[in-house]
Amino acid sequence: MKKANNAAAGSSSEVLKKLLIRLKDQRALAALSLIAAFVSVALSLVIPVLVGRGIDCIVGEGSVDFEKLTPYLVMIGICALISALANYLMGRVNNRITYHCVRRIRTEAFERIQHKPLSALDGRAIGDTVSRLITDTDQLADGLLLGFSQLFTGVLAILGTLAFMLSVSPIITLAVVLLSPLSIVVAGFISKRSYLSFKARTEARGENTALIDEFVGEQKLIRAFKYEAEARKRFSESNEHLAACSVKATFLSSLTNPSTRFANSIIYASVAVLGALSVIGTVGGGLTVGGLSAFLSYANQYTKPFNEISGVIAELQGALAGAQRLFELIEAPVETEPKEDELNPEDGSVRFDSVAFSYDKKSELIKDFSLDVKNGMRVAIVGPTGCGKTTLINLIMRFYEQDGGIIIFGGADTRRMKRSTLRSKIGMVLQQTWLKTSTVRDNIAMGDPDASFEEIVDAAKKAHAHGFIMRLENGYDTVVGDEGGALSEGQKQLICIARAMLAKPDVLILDEATSSIDTRTEMLVQDAMLSLMKGRTSFVVAHRLSTVRGADVILVMDSGRVIEKGRHDELISKGGFYKRLYETQFAHRDA
Amino acid sequence: MRKLLGFFKSYRLQATAAPLFKFMEATLELIVPLIISSIIDTGIAARDTGFIVSRGLILVLFAVVGFALSATAQYFSARSAIGVCASVRQALFDKIQRFDFTRLDETGASTLETRLTSDVNALETGINLTLRLLLRSPFVVFGAMIVAFTIDAKCALIFALVIAVLLAIVFLILFASVPRHTLVQRELDSITRAARENLAGVRVIRAFGLEESEKAEFSERSARLEKRQLAVGRISAKLNPATLVAVNIAAIILIYSGALRVDGGVLTQGKVVALYNLLAQILVELVKTATLVITLSRSAASLKRINAVLDSPEGEKGGGAIPKNDAPRGRIEFKNVGFTYKNAGAPSLCDISFVAESGQKIGVIGGTGSGKSTLAGLIAGFYYATDGEVLIDGVNVREFDSEALTERVSVVPQRAALIEGSIRTNLLMGKKDANDAELIKALETAQAAEFVNRLENGLDASVVRGGANFSGGQKQRLSIARALVKPSEILILDDSMSALDHATDAKLRRVLDEQTEKRTLVMITQRAVSIMDADLIIVLDEGQCVGMGRHNELLDSCRVYREIYEMQTGGEGVLPA
Repeated sequence: MKKANNAAAGSSSEVLKKLLIRLKDQRALAALSLIAAFVSVALSLVIPVLVGRGIDCIVGEGSVDFEKLTPYLVMIGICALISALANYLMGRVNNRITYHCVRRIRTEAFERIQHKPLSALDGRAIGDTVSRLITDTDQLADGLLLGFSQLFTGVLAILGTLAFMLSVSPIITLAVVLLSPLSIVVAGFISKRSYLSFKARTEARGENTALIDEFVGEQKLIRAFKYEAEARKRFSESNEHLAACSVKATFLSSLTNPSTRFANSIIYASVAVLGALSVIGTVGGGLTVGGLSAFLSYANQYTKPFNEISGVIAELQGALAGAQRLFELIEAPVETEPKEDELNPEDGSVRFDSVAFSYDKKSELIKDFSLDVKNGMRVAIVGPTGCGKTTLINLIMRFYEQDGGIIIFGGADTRRMKRSTLRSKIGMVLQQTWLKTSTVRDNIAMGDPDASFEEIVDAAKKAHAHGFIMRLENGYDTVVGDEGGALSEGQKQLICIARAMLAKPDVLILDEATSSIDTRTEMLVQDAMLSLMKGRTSFVVAHRLSTVRGADVILVMDSGRVIEKGRHDELISKGGFYKRLYETQFAHRDA
Repeated sequence: MRKLLGFFKSYRLQATAAPLFKFMEATLELIVPLIISSIIDTGIAARDTGFIVSRGLILVLFAVVGFALSATAQYFSARSAIGVCASVRQALFDKIQRFDFTRLDETGASTLETRLTSDVNALETGINLTLRLLLRSPFVVFGAMIVAFTIDAKCALIFALVIAVLLAIVFLILFASVPRHTLVQRELDSITRAARENLAGVRVIRAFGLEESEKAEFSERSARLEKRQLAVGRISAKLNPATLVAVNIAAIILIYSGALRVDGGVLTQGKVVALYNLLAQILVELVKTATLVITLSRSAASLKRINAVLDSPEGEKGGGAIPKNDAPRGRIEFKNVGFTYKNAGAPSLCDISFVAESGQKIGVIGGTGSGKSTLAGLIAGFYYATDGEVLIDGVNVREFDSEALTERVSVVPQRAALIEGSIRTNLLMGKKDANDAELIKALETAQAAEFVNRLENGLDASVVRGGANFSGGQKQRLSIARALVKPSEILILDDSMSALDHATDAKLRRVLDEQTEKRTLVMITQRAVSIMDADLIIVLDEGQCVGMGRHNELLDSCRVYREIYEMQTGGEGVLPA
């Protein structure tokens, strides 16, 4: 436990250092913020003293010293005004520093992601990365802001209050200092207790939410099986359990305020008594009624910064934890690239030369794989679901790097050109369509950002997408996207084909789409893919018998390995895995 | 609001006690400045140590009693807020269970789940804060004013003015920031969506070399977010300084006019101190109230959303009719049936007529969106035909007793769903008292026995949430077994074998045909081979029946059917080989 704490502390100071590096050019603003905070706190602490002095001028009937009183009142006004201005300035400056710094880190993280190897991204849930990019940065902003605006002012306020109190009456100050741990101890005791009951409540809430998720989400199932009564019973039990846990957690945590108020009241009472005794000379001595009034104001506010600081520290810890996750993301290695293309591909031929590859470096997946694909050839990749058909695509596109051997694209070693050069020669249509939330036109134009509108329409026509695009509300300017778009899966696929069509690549990578498309659209997609493949080297993840039969080479894959390759007839007569696969997957007629 | 009060019924006592105890505590707090004032005016003036100490002890006593009072108030408040919200949650749950399928579709599960979780939680916080604080702060503010009036009516007028000015400042600033906060939130949502989209499309983005334009776009969004955040900051940064200035101006006026009145002999020094302290109290409470109002406005929005669900209509209920004893069991008849989903522009089914006799096998085939699942829903009484009528065993489903209908019809839905528990609890959903032999037989028929046997605990193997510990194919087989356990005359399989490989699919269908001879089987599918042997095949295309008959007849007469069949079995004519 101790060790873990040390490690965390060590890394959190490192995180802090990294943050400070990114704040470097904000130094002037940070200094301004500190000065403003100092002015604001100092002046606001002077005010109770001035009020006290003022009250001392109001002794009794006929003996009010207006000549002395008026300057005090003017000074109160000036102090308040300057303190307020400084406070406002501090707020603005802190906002600027924080949001700017956070924006910079967020953008930096996003840009690094664009150059991370896919192996680093595939192994991580999208939600996790997004939460680092958005939620963690947000928490960082909150933490920094609070830290800037309250940590420093809080410390200043405590020190300033103590200094002022000391200057007025050391004895009473001593009493306050001795009593002040009271509130801290009480608050600490409660927060420890309530932490446990909050944990219990979080668990109960999690269970309850899970039940809700299940029973509401599967409401139709529950209806179909007349499971309502049972469902209600289970929900009621969980609901009551949650309520019991909640009462405990809420009650305990809501004791914090009364407790600190209690501690405050005790301090207040002590100051009142000691102060009054000091005025009449029984204790220490020398205090005036105005001084007593100032003291009471301080006693009222004195414990507030303590509570605030402990809150800020908790928030800062959360922020630093978030920042650490962010820096992890930023600092993870990115792909290395040659600066310039040393070689350029000449045509669409692809040659694998004893290529070895595995995702998990412990077990080899592809070993000594060689394949010569001449310009214009069609390669079909087949195999049962999950056999690793995408592995080959990953290697051709250099989403992943081979561990051994070389891949020659258009006569050039792929590692001696920039990835972008290689990819610009390849068009890709995956089964899982991806559209950006943008217009249809922008989505197609992704294939060639410089294309004219005519070229875009032309590509759409060839992909059989023009017709339905024109029927959309705003034609090519209709906004589409993955979420809540008005397009069917098949239509999305046609747009993706148009995108690849526009790119006019030398080599094509296609994933034949399947079940979720209705028959009509499926035929259009098929036809569009065919015209896309015309005259191009193509790698097709095949689901259709006709594609397989027409291929120049069939790669048969199972459990990530290429286990057979050849033409349809050759493989059938070989009587191996392909033959069996062919019989179960393609020959429905015999089923 | 009135609806919410109804839920308070069993918590009336606690809900009244909470603010009551708070009031008592606040009253003590208001008396404190008066005690201080008496210490100054009596104790110090008379140099009476005993008096000062005795007043100090009263202050300590007040602290103790105040703590006890507020702790009690917190307890009652937590009890009633949480109790009320537990009842609200239960009421919502019960309400949702009474919704008909159209209403469920309309609202959507995720919306309902949000109501049941975060909205109820927000309401809980709101009630708790209202009972604890909202009633207290105004009480302190006005209490302080009244105390000020008893001290000195003229000076108290300053208080009234300060309260008004402060209220105006605080609320102006807070409410000006609310819409800007919404803008920030929206920008944040949009940047989140953009990041998610970028990660989901990483392969396409890299394939087309779009990294740089993605970076530029993200950077632009970040800048926009920063601008919005700064705009909010500009406003909220004004809150502290503005209240500081206002209160100190009030203090200056108070001290000066107090000085005049002390000089005139109307007031004492101690009373001026008391007034000043009261002013400080007012400031603290006002700021508290303002932030509280913002929190409460969120709770109020949640309450509104909860009420919207509680007040919404539940939709249609079946009648009470039950078929006569001598009526056939398992007969389905569609008479010119049409169906349009609520708010849909076009009908999902048009003019469908057919008869399925007891024990027959009916195949329904068509692409996505052709209306196949709608047809299943109409037989099961999940939806009622908007045109024509659907008769089960001679009774219109609209009039059919809904419980009795559920007993007669079993549906295996398209998306296989299991509930958390064990395989056994899932299988027993449709028949509580089924014995192990029945369960095992159903598993065998569904081709699930083999993998269930291999599990360590067999029938009692646990099923985690959403059935995530089973593959798609296993889930489908378990959900078929579950429907088989339920003794019903009609069994509808709604495209529920799509994740099975062809061999298992074929075997399952063969055994199913043998085992369900007496049941009417409605097989909905996209695979022609699955229904080639059906007594009647209905071919749907965009809600229209484009063909009806046996396999061989349809191959000749129905172009859509022929296309589907050929595409799936040989591909003659689609792609040139």
